[in-house]
Amino acid sequence: MEGLFYNADDGYLEAIVRGYRSSILNNTSYINLTQCETLEDVKLQLQASDYGGILQNEPHMSTSMLAQKCTDKLVQEFEYIRAHAVAPLQHFLDYMTYAYMIDNVILLITGTLHERDTHELLERCHPLGVFDSMPALCVATNVAELYNSVLVETPLAPYFKDCLSAEDLDEMNIEIIRNTLYKAYLEDFYHFSQSFGGPTAEIMGELLQFEADRRSLNITINSFGTELTKDDRAKLFPNVGRLYPEGNLKLAKSDDIDQVKATCDVFLEYRQFFDGTSGAGTTKTLEDRFFEYEVHLNKKSFQQQFHYAIFYSFLKLKEQEIRNIVWISECISQGQKERINNYIPIF
Amino acid sequence: MGVYSSQGGGTSVSSLFPYLSISGLGLVGLYMLLTGSGEQFNPGEFLMSISPHMWSLLGIALCVGLSVGGAAWGIFITGASLVGGGVRAPRIVTKNLISIIFCEVVAIYGLIMAIVFTAKLNNVQNSDITSSEMYYKGFALFWAGLTTGMCNLVCGVSVGITGSSAALADAQDGQLFVKVLVIEIFGSIVGLFGLIVGLLVSGRVA
Repeated sequence: MEGLFYNADDGYLEAIVRGYRSSILNNTSYINLTQCETLEDVKLQLQASDYGGILQNEPHMSTSMLAQKCTDKLVQEFEYIRAHAVAPLQHFLDYMTYAYMIDNVILLITGTLHERDTHELLERCHPLGVFDSMPALCVATNVAELYNSVLVETPLAPYFKDCLSAEDLDEMNIEIIRNTLYKAYLEDFYHFSQSFGGPTAEIMGELLQFEADRRSLNITINSFGTELTKDDRAKLFPNVGRLYPEGNLKLAKSDDIDQVKATCDVFLEYRQFFDGTSGAGTTKTLEDRFFEYEVHLNKKSFQQQFHYAIFYSFLKLKEQEIRNIVWISECISQGQKERINNYIPIF
Repeated sequence: MGVYSSQGGGTSVSSLFPYLSISGLGLVGLYMLLTGSGEQFNPGEFLMSISPHMWSLLGIALCVGLSVGGAAWGIFITGASLVGGGVRAPRIVTKNLISIIFCEVVAIYGLIMAIVFTAKLNNVQNSDITSSEMYYKGFALFWAGLTTGMCNLVCGVSVGITGSSAALADAQDGQLFVKVLVIEIFGSIVGLFGLIVGLLVSGRVA
């Protein structure tokens, strides 16, 4: 039934996004890219792709410039979509940017803690997560001040209700704030996407459940050997996802990687993450396997029509592509050709 | 978050409405039944009291109206995707006009049927209007028009959704165009069934 009314508001944008999707680099382009000897060759190879136009006027190639330009291109495309969107797609797209806002807030707080230059920090913020009062974040010294002076006016305000108890801003607390914020955001986004029903709810449900599970697993694995107590750890797990509630309980009690592995063994798709991670010859890290599975899920969302998840998937796939390009060009510029094939192919 | 709460408040008021109307109708019905005037509620007489011309013209209006609605619906579904897809792959635009034409055909079916039905209308003397032939003509044209109109409405939507998929598939891979088009043709044939039945039903009318 979603086919009847979807195109009235969002048909044009869906087709546009599918057009953008077809510009994502395919396997042949990646093979060509990995053959490059210098960054100039990379530029030449990218000339034929969608990135050709933006790299043309750059006399000096560097990896950071490449990443910057590619991100600009992505942001430009995303802003075009957002400018043409009407509610509720507009709202959906806004939700997607909240993740970047959280990252920016954390980046600024961490930077201020280490007494970095404000302008330098603001330049490093992700352009999708920029909001007006961002520079004011640098003056805050504790969470309550941060909330009252700046964040209360941003869309992130409701997510902060769980972390106002944290008093001082130190490394540990910032990490806890980041994860609490992200947990609240994921839950909110999940319930928002479920309110659409139909294929949007179905596909976004799967994507966000995986995102939540990935965070739970990462928090668990990273907290081994730190001063984070098991109770505190359990509080950071998002209350959505396939691991919730039973898997999350098990993860909260885990002491080592084997117990995490046992928790994931129940799920066929998650079992592969831990298969052969310790074996010799495989250079893939757990993070790479997560990315691979995420790419797989995001590719699948293009198989259906008339739903909002392709906007989310497009952004995620494009980000993965930028990571790939940056990885390849880093390997080339640092002369690490043997590790160049560790990128994650998309199409 | 504000959205959820306002929706919740809206449903509690509007959900009362059907119960109120049902109980109101029940009260009126019981009153008529118990006071011995139940025979006043007579749908058959009501239907017969409507002029046969009214039925014929209603059938013609529904036939062309629903068909055009279906065609328009299909064209906007296909058109939105076609315009968006054409931004990155301009080659698809001319080719996929065929989908628009398939939708348009549905409106033409309705138009043809409306013309056929109109030819059967004729002016009659006041005394002849209640004859059984006139009633037959009125009911036959009404239902033939409704059949054709509904079939064409659904057919138009079906062709529109398939056409939208065809445009997007063509934009990704040019080879897919003909394959999806075959499915679209099957969809567009559905409207013909309604046309045939409409012709058969109205064919008996003198």
